[in-house]
Amino acid sequence: MIRTLPNSKPYSIGFKIYVSLFFVFLFAPLAVTCVLAFNDSNFPSLPWNGFSLDWFISNTKERLGIFNDEDNLKSIWVSVQTAFFVSISAVVVGTLGAFLFERENFKYKQFLYFLALTPLVIPGVILGISLLLSVNSAGMFFEDNFNLDFEILRPSFWLVVVGQFAFITTFVLLVVSARLKKFDDSLEEAALNLGASKLEAIRFIILPFLKPAILGAGAVAFLMSFENFNTTLFLIGSETTLPVNLYLQVRDGSTPVINAISFLLIIGTSILALLNLFFTKKTS
Amino acid sequence: MKSYTKLGFYVFLVPILMWLFLLIVIPQIELLIMSLRFENDAGDMVWSFENYKEFFVNEIYWYTFMRTALYAIIVTFLTFIVTFPIAFYITKIVNKKYSAFLIILLLLPFWVSELVRVYGWTILLRESGVINYFLQNLGLTTRGIEMLYNDASMIMGLVYTSMLFMVVPLISSLEGMDDSYIEAASDLGASRLTIFFKIVIPYCASGIVSGSIVVFMLTLGNYLTPNLMGGKNSLWFTEQIYNEFIASLNWNQGAAFGFLLLILSSLIIWAGLKISKQNLAKALS
Repeated sequence: MIRTLPNSKPYSIGFKIYVSLFFVFLFAPLAVTCVLAFNDSNFPSLPWNGFSLDWFISNTKERLGIFNDEDNLKSIWVSVQTAFFVSISAVVVGTLGAFLFERENFKYKQFLYFLALTPLVIPGVILGISLLLSVNSAGMFFEDNFNLDFEILRPSFWLVVVGQFAFITTFVLLVVSARLKKFDDSLEEAALNLGASKLEAIRFIILPFLKPAILGAGAVAFLMSFENFNTTLFLIGSETTLPVNLYLQVRDGSTPVINAISFLLIIGTSILALLNLFFTKKTS
Repeated sequence: MKSYTKLGFYVFLVPILMWLFLLIVIPQIELLIMSLRFENDAGDMVWSFENYKEFFVNEIYWYTFMRTALYAIIVTFLTFIVTFPIAFYITKIVNKKYSAFLIILLLLPFWVSELVRVYGWTILLRESGVINYFLQNLGLTTRGIEMLYNDASMIMGLVYTSMLFMVVPLISSLEGMDDSYIEAASDLGASRLTIFFKIVIPYCASGIVSGSIVVFMLTLGNYLTPNLMGGKNSLWFTEQIYNEFIASLNWNQGAAFGFLLLILSSLIIWAGLKISKQNLAKALS
């Protein structure tokens, strides 16, 4: 049954076969996508016509490689900017939230904590449309009554940032809270006894202790934002993010340039994931 | 529990209140309000249940709604069946040396965008896809078989997309389980099935519940996978919402659909928590 008990041969072999098949299932779509990015063909399919870097560097009308594809490059840049602002603000507010829920006592705390968790159980589509409806109503109100026009109250870059922030913050809150729970209060008391102010105690004692959780949550927040589709779809203005842009291309018929982008994304996210893992391992 | 000064407390509290009320609570209320507004024949916006009536009268909406709920439950169950042996193998069977490596390997694909993963499946499965190419070269078929755009491929895609959110809580609850429980049961003569149902499953109940909640919610709200792998026949409720917002520009109708979806997901999650005697805060953290 488990490693310390004697196991029958069919049992262990059956498990090994299942696990191997599972990993094939897990990696097949990614492997195929990567391999076909280098096929010398106009379609993302077999037969294999030989190795080619056309879908990365070529600049002809027929084959526009990703490094010359301004439309896709621009959407990558938009996604990077979005993810940057979302992860910074989610980390700040999520960490404040962790302090609030772990170290303060106040009326309605349980209710507020429950509210803070709800973004995890509200489908992303609903978050997107409800925010769109709200800002639309608010925008009409300001325009009718004060003749004011705010860009953030229309589908736009900043509205996407706000919409993603709304649910990614919950994630940061959970990760940082889990770490803060393990903090030994006597460390802070010692600092206070030795004459540190409360702010100094937070700055020099608690924040360094939380650092791995904050960095880890920040990295995951960045990726969640970079990949978000459901909420973003409804809030997007003229600046399309990469997932939405890719979706439109896949829906309308695909070229191997999507494989090339996917290849770069797979490599990029794997490096980020491994770095994140390496740092959280090292510090904890 | 250490409390900071009054000022410090408000520094923590105010941003949280703004986040929760401006971005979560008020928008959900607005969603409800908008769903109850309807443009009558005179062109005026009035309070009305017309948008909800439309949902109940028009069979296609009703059918899509039930179908989405049912499939989301099936997907959640299948995801559990597929990932449980993996979690069990990694935490209890394989040599401890390899389990960390296997976990990294397991998580890696899920860092990559859902769109990329679904795209990978479409180029594998479609009529001119990689699997068909091999089938034809092996002489198993002469013509390409369309393996995309049916319910089976859609469910497979949804299970594939959600596996991570099931396997992580399963692994963490199995990791916390002392092996000696299983050893003791085995010494006392319990069969594998008994051990599994009487010891392992009850022990990981909290992990199973939290994984199921997240998987269910993500599946219910998924748009990409049903759209790209289920094709025109996918009949997924989020597509109806999308259509009302983007294609028909009937936002009030879309709001009613959205609110119904919100109620459905809350109800099923609430029922799941009640049946398993868990609470949301415990299940999610």
